[in-house]
Amino acid sequence: MSNHDWTDSVNRRAFLGRTSGGLGMAALTGLLQAEDVVQADPAGLAPGISTTPHLPVKAKRVIFLCMAGGPSHLESFDYKPKLKEMHGKPMPTSFTANQPIAQLQGQKLVCQAPLIPFQRYGESGQRITEIFPHIGSVADDICIINSLHTDQINHDPAHTVMNTGTSISGRPSMGSWITYGLGSASSNLPGFVVLTSKGGRNPQPIATRQWHSGFLPGRFQGIQFNSSGDPVHYVRNPLGVSNSQQKHVIEVINGLNGLRDNLTDNPEIRTRIQQYELAFRMQQSVPELMDISQETQETLDLYGVSGADGSYAYNCLLARRLAESGVRFIHLYHRGWDHHNDLVRYMGICSGLCDQPTAALIKDLKQRDMLKDTLVIFGGEFGRTPMAQTNKGPVGRDHHMRAFSMFMAGGGIRGGVTYGATDELGYNAVENVVHINDLHATMLHQLGLDHERLTFQYQGRDFRLTDVAGEVIKPILA
Amino acid sequence: MRRILFASTSILLLASLQTYAEASISFNRDVLPILANHCFACHGPDADQREADLRLDLEVAAKADRDGSFAIKPGDITQSMLIERINEADPDLKMPPLHFQKPLTEKQKRTLETWVREGATWESHWAFNDLTNPVVPEVPADHIQNDIDKFLIHQLRISGVQLEMNGLADKVTLIRRLSFDLRGLPPTIEEVTSFVSEGQAYEELVDSFLSSSSYGERMAQYWLDLVRYADSGGYHSDVTVHISPYRDYVIKSFNDNLPFNQFTIEQLAGDLLPEPTEWQIIATGYNRLNKTTEEGGAQPGEYIVKYAADRIRTTSGAWLGITLGCAECHDHKYDPFTAGDFYSFGAFFADIQEVGQYTGGRREPEIRVPTLPQRAELARLESEIQQATLDNETEQLAELTKAKAALEKQFVRTMITRSVAPKEIRVLPRGDWLNQSGPVVEPAFPTSLTTTPTEKQGRLSRLDLANWIVADSNPLTSRVFVNRVWKLLFGRGISPRLDDFGAQGEAPTHPELLDFLSYRFVESGWDVKALIKYIVSSHAYQQSSLVSETAAATDPENTLFARQLRWRLDAEFIRDTALKTSGLLDPTIGGPSVFPYQPTGYWQYLNFPTRKWNADDGDDQYRRGLYTHWQRTFVHPSMLAFDAPTREECVAQRSVSNTPSAALALLNDPTYVEAARALGQRVIKEGGSTDVERINWLFMTVLSRYPTAEELPTVADLFESCRTQFTMDVKSAIELQKVGQFQLEAGINISEASAWSMVGRALLNVNEAIFRN
Repeated sequence: MSNHDWTDSVNRRAFLGRTSGGLGMAALTGLLQAEDVVQADPAGLAPGISTTPHLPVKAKRVIFLCMAGGPSHLESFDYKPKLKEMHGKPMPTSFTANQPIAQLQGQKLVCQAPLIPFQRYGESGQRITEIFPHIGSVADDICIINSLHTDQINHDPAHTVMNTGTSISGRPSMGSWITYGLGSASSNLPGFVVLTSKGGRNPQPIATRQWHSGFLPGRFQGIQFNSSGDPVHYVRNPLGVSNSQQKHVIEVINGLNGLRDNLTDNPEIRTRIQQYELAFRMQQSVPELMDISQETQETLDLYGVSGADGSYAYNCLLARRLAESGVRFIHLYHRGWDHHNDLVRYMGICSGLCDQPTAALIKDLKQRDMLKDTLVIFGGEFGRTPMAQTNKGPVGRDHHMRAFSMFMAGGGIRGGVTYGATDELGYNAVENVVHINDLHATMLHQLGLDHERLTFQYQGRDFRLTDVAGEVIKPILA
Repeated sequence: MRRILFASTSILLLASLQTYAEASISFNRDVLPILANHCFACHGPDADQREADLRLDLEVAAKADRDGSFAIKPGDITQSMLIERINEADPDLKMPPLHFQKPLTEKQKRTLETWVREGATWESHWAFNDLTNPVVPEVPADHIQNDIDKFLIHQLRISGVQLEMNGLADKVTLIRRLSFDLRGLPPTIEEVTSFVSEGQAYEELVDSFLSSSSYGERMAQYWLDLVRYADSGGYHSDVTVHISPYRDYVIKSFNDNLPFNQFTIEQLAGDLLPEPTEWQIIATGYNRLNKTTEEGGAQPGEYIVKYAADRIRTTSGAWLGITLGCAECHDHKYDPFTAGDFYSFGAFFADIQEVGQYTGGRREPEIRVPTLPQRAELARLESEIQQATLDNETEQLAELTKAKAALEKQFVRTMITRSVAPKEIRVLPRGDWLNQSGPVVEPAFPTSLTTTPTEKQGRLSRLDLANWIVADSNPLTSRVFVNRVWKLLFGRGISPRLDDFGAQGEAPTHPELLDFLSYRFVESGWDVKALIKYIVSSHAYQQSSLVSETAAATDPENTLFARQLRWRLDAEFIRDTALKTSGLLDPTIGGPSVFPYQPTGYWQYLNFPTRKWNADDGDDQYRRGLYTHWQRTFVHPSMLAFDAPTREECVAQRSVSNTPSAALALLNDPTYVEAARALGQRVIKEGGSTDVERINWLFMTVLSRYPTAEELPTVADLFESCRTQFTMDVKSAIELQKVGQFQLEAGINISEASAWSMVGRALLNVNEAIFRN
């Protein structure tokens, strides 16, 4: 029972609808065995949930703050004075020859000096853009990684790599892998929740593929929470139907199902009865969760929340509430970070929307003693070119896959450090290089999961989130 | 004398033991999966990853004399390094290596030892072997409707399990099963009555379902998963693309019972046929179903490579059941496919006219064609025009001609294949499209699947590929298709892994039966309806799905098919069931995709441009699930909740989940609430006059049976209590009656109808309503 939270496991089994003794015990004995989705799941007999983590558990949940569009590393965390020197000069072809390129195809490749000044923050003196003063105020809690790189140069496939470890569609997203590995710790909420935020120009389209369970069983799919309309699709009673009537209908459904089960002895029916009970509980719990009227003014001010308005700030507060409620993986998007032109202006807008709430989330988790077991990850799907993009108006930067920055905080990650580095022009990650697969391996490691053992057999192969690669970034672990 | 007798008994005993041993260890069933999963990654087909220059995927290499030592020495476990190394205590020498994280179980080790001791008999991979026409085994006459049953009973008898085939399912279960399997719809009360109480013959029922046009819709639904049919491009902005006539083609082909080989040829290479028909051109839309991008900054060269890989994965998966896509970056890890095979396969499609980056929703080449419903209308107009011409009715003729011209303006666009000068295809090292150092390849069939070299001179075409796929001598195509049809009818394949017939797949539980059916299928001229009719005519198909205690203990997964399986219906059929039973279903076949109600804001993540989902008015709101607009990045949430795939990749087998999201969708999606409302009106109008009669009618309509004595009061209580509430609170009843566009007829009591709607909601949600038993 080491590293194993018994109440978590009870709740998880309740959520997954496997409370009956025999089935539950069968599942308990299964330690991450490859699960045949087809055979096992219809009957609700599926094992494949790790009840005994492979490794010591440092983080119980993840909050992934995805700045979709690809924030510039050169104007956020990766300070490159050399670019200032080279400003206006051609980018050396030693960097760019035979390299993938996006909107700068056929354009002159010219160095662009950093467009926004940097400052040093905190006791650690981490260097961060001056438009992230709030993130700067938690500099000692975050680990900046400046040496990430990815495989894809366009948004859609790059998000797919960020979320599934590969650009081929149909693979499970990281949140699905994690709930497949650990289940939900909540008895009335799903284990994997997705939020998207309003605000910012030209929001990136984000596909359900990014939180799909792929070939994993559908119950590991991320559930979208919406700040307008129904908070979760179909979570409200139909018009004119009262709660007590809805309850009565569900009781009749479950009653008829129970009678049928007596005749046919079908485990699927028993699972369905539990799912209807859970659905009804969700109908009550989701609106409660979305209601922030009980939060103190101090908390609202910390995040800069002015109401249930779908803003990034509101979503950050929801993320904390979801984390408190036992949700394992919270994926929160802000989609305005694709700054091909007028980067200073538009990045300023995005930082205005995201900087304070991001820092507030870290501070709030910390003051509730939750940062120690909540892993917060902040960043986009790729970085931006050291070269200027000027064919679309005032200067911006193009997509860049060879280098970018993210930060991690909490969940057993060292704070106040910067890890890895790019070359002097910020083109290639060169020191302590981190691939997305490594990021995933590290994330799983903190959750107590060995990325090489968290597998699922599909089309004859044991698939992993990290595909055939991935190494835990040991130096950044506390 | 006594001595001799003893000796001969021993021989007999030995012989029978050997027979037993042969049955106990099968290379394909028992040994190959171990070698493939635990050894091939380093000692298999991939030359780049091979360790110690040892291959265990080839018999000659595995048994070769390696300077006096042997990996496998048949009959001699002490001289076989393989056995030594798997039992090695030294962690540095132990195989598989610890870091590989795939240790062998003790049982697996014993299996390998027994196999080597008994002579290490090798078999070629079952799926790649020639199709045989096995002898039908002789078995006693019980439970036999056709030869399928003989194969199954024979296997039951030699399995040593004390299990008999189940008896026939009751007639209600049987008609529901057949109706869902063949039409994706529940039977009507009239159909149930005719079969259950009026003695309609089973065969007549089968024929009537197979000849109904719903059959083509049902089969199309499965085929569209395989070919990843969708109405949007899939990447980034995920814009609408135009391809619905291809779906019409698929439905029509199944309904016309187009032979499966011809169906294959038309999709892959209809444009290369002599004087192709319009339908054959529409069929080539298949080659354009890959995901496509309009993202700014997409590098066309990169996406051309992505599209090619997408097509290779789908074509090899949909027809051959192989995972050729795994050989994109390196030789296949488990199966004899090289990266060269992958790119040579892709070269067949190099002549397809396409670009890497599209704009404005156009996907040239496209043509404009009539939809299926428009074709019917067109035929009507043309015959009337002919008549009017004959009768010299000039005024009428002018009107008709005008109507025809107006109709022609409404024809729809559809993507097609046009053959142009083929692009140069190279092997891309590690799949890297920027690396042009690999050799140029020509179209070629995977070498390991081709025993005879092709006689054709010059470059092979897509038509050659199609012909090779459906050659009578290609053992994969018929086995793969027959196995999948079997799965649709039994819930489990004869080879349970529908998407991988390679070494990592699973050997068929009844290899002779699979061959028997596949051989028969080819002999019949690839006749799909005949195949289905033959399978559903077996006793095995008509068995009860109840699980006896013995069966649960001895064969929980039903590998012996001594019972039918039961499973939840596919997403589309759950929708169809609600629409059909409520009377709302619009029976139109084919045409462009439709827009059922969808939650506001579900498309908020779409951009470039932003889009709004406008739910259809009128009858288009009530079309079958397979016509739902398929937005790859945002598949309709009720479809997703019931495991409909995104159609980004070929899917041979959907996963089946049981989640609160599904419960919420079926409870609260306006589609289902509206269906319950329509059901509420129907029961008042058609269900008799007393509450009990009406409850009976609802059960018959939704579940094809009457309620039990225990069920009746539960449901009556729900009705009574809702009626009381809605009578006291008419406002709520009025609110409920606003869900969806369906309007209660004048004179229907709104509180009563609303109360019946609540009963309808309950019945549409019970497990039995969405289950095939």
